[in-house]
Amino acid sequence: MTLYTSTVVTPRRPARVWAKIGENTLYAIGLPVILVVLWGIWATVAPAQFFPSPVELIEAFVETWIGPAFFTDVLPSLARLGIGILVSIAVGIAAGTLIGLNRWLRDLLEPMLEFFRAVPPPVLLPIVVVLMGPTDAMKVVVIVVGSVWPILLNTIEGVRSTDSVMTETARSFAVSRSERLRFLVLPAASPRIMAGVRQSLSIALILMVISELGYSSSGLGFQIVYFQRNYLIAEMWSGILLLGLIGVLLAAIFGFVERRVLRWYHGIKEVERA
Amino acid sequence: MPESNERATLLNVQKLRKVYESSTGNVEAIGDIGFRMDAGELVCIVGPSGCGKTTLLKCIAGLLRPTSGIVELDGKRVTSPPDKMALVFQEYGRSLYPWLTVRGNVELPLKHKKLSRADRDRLIDDALTAVGLDHAAKSYPWQLSGGMQQRVAIARAVAYQPEVLIMDEPFAAVDAQTRADLEDLVRTLHRERGMSILFVTHDIDESVYLGERVIVLSKSPTWVQEDLAIDLAPERDQITTRALPRFTELRTHVYEQIQRAKRGEAVRPAP
Repeated sequence: MTLYTSTVVTPRRPARVWAKIGENTLYAIGLPVILVVLWGIWATVAPAQFFPSPVELIEAFVETWIGPAFFTDVLPSLARLGIGILVSIAVGIAAGTLIGLNRWLRDLLEPMLEFFRAVPPPVLLPIVVVLMGPTDAMKVVVIVVGSVWPILLNTIEGVRSTDSVMTETARSFAVSRSERLRFLVLPAASPRIMAGVRQSLSIALILMVISELGYSSSGLGFQIVYFQRNYLIAEMWSGILLLGLIGVLLAAIFGFVERRVLRWYHGIKEVERA
Repeated sequence: MPESNERATLLNVQKLRKVYESSTGNVEAIGDIGFRMDAGELVCIVGPSGCGKTTLLKCIAGLLRPTSGIVELDGKRVTSPPDKMALVFQEYGRSLYPWLTVRGNVELPLKHKKLSRADRDRLIDDALTAVGLDHAAKSYPWQLSGGMQQRVAIARAVAYQPEVLIMDEPFAAVDAQTRADLEDLVRTLHRERGMSILFVTHDIDESVYLGERVIVLSKSPTWVQEDLAIDLAPERDQITTRALPRFTELRTHVYEQIQRAKRGEAVRPAP
């Protein structure tokens, strides 16, 4: 019988990998560096009360956030954000799988889900506060209630659109229900699920700030409003900078996880493009 | 080759009928199909395009409920996908799971069989070696060529150790040279492992080259137009077998039958 010897991916040479990483880093930080330099020049030429120079901002950043504030404000905010995201992912995937697999449940719930998704999440804040009081749990609930939708709806869609031939294959080999869920339905839906998670992350970050704006005495959102009301402009900007950094960090973690979970998906895309 | 009357009946299809109901009216895909297949046989089914070959297979595999009629495997009625049956689909790209490696794909159907780790590994290694893919176990299906992907699907079916292997136009989407190799692979599996194979194809040459019997289907609503024994030697070879005068006779005969089927000239026997 003929044996084929083609195939199989050869690893890239390490030297080229490092060159590639260096090049990518240069592209990634090039524009920010140029902008910060321009901003520094501008702030020196024409100082403005509400726009501190980069140096002032960095000083305020170090002073404000590195120290006790990190433990009293930043960490609790991050913890609530983390819990909120994890609960959203768990609830979204579990409920989405259940709804996606049951046609009648889907037909029953879909119009309602569209309605709830369309409600802007921040307006839920007053209701949740009335129901739960200004507690940590309330803030987590606000995050979950707002950020669960993209994950839920994408999971439903991903589970629903599992390839029919793949499903028939599993059926013909008498693969059990739980195995089908684990080895077919969830992996098949994973590209959609990850797309949902990506959207949810930014919503969760927004809601973390909003949940701390009015009904709180600590946290990042509270601090930013506090600084603004007390004309601590550089400190206020440093809070916004911190939020941006948290967003970048979230995206980096997400990218790391996604590359692992969807390795096969990106592999196929690469093969198709070649 | 053992006499066919020594073999036990494996698959029994009687008066199978399938009508698809739709809002624009009912479509009778299969009129009345009946045939038997013995254990250890390699039977090919050919028919004009659109004659309901895939519908027939899905009914046999328990994936589709026939409107009426009986499908029996080992004397037991098939109502849902039976344990002892494996399928190889035409669309290998959609039947292999891209998130599993070649090995993972072959392993998946074995997970619910109560096998020890060592037994399972042995079955997988054996099946991958049989199709000539033992070197690619750690690759993903999408890193392989089309022919190799179809080999993975065949290995998965072999490792499953089915009593009957059903193949639905498995080589329709691969190139001609790969196709010849895969045909020989099917012959080898049948000869060396005694696998019972039901092979559906639209390729007349392929059916005569592979089969011990060729079942010719009529056009839709389908019935069995001819059940032809292929009296070629069991040792077959792409060059010499296809050059035999008897091979040419048989393929001409099947070809004419298909042409008659297409024109609807063949008359359905009274039930």
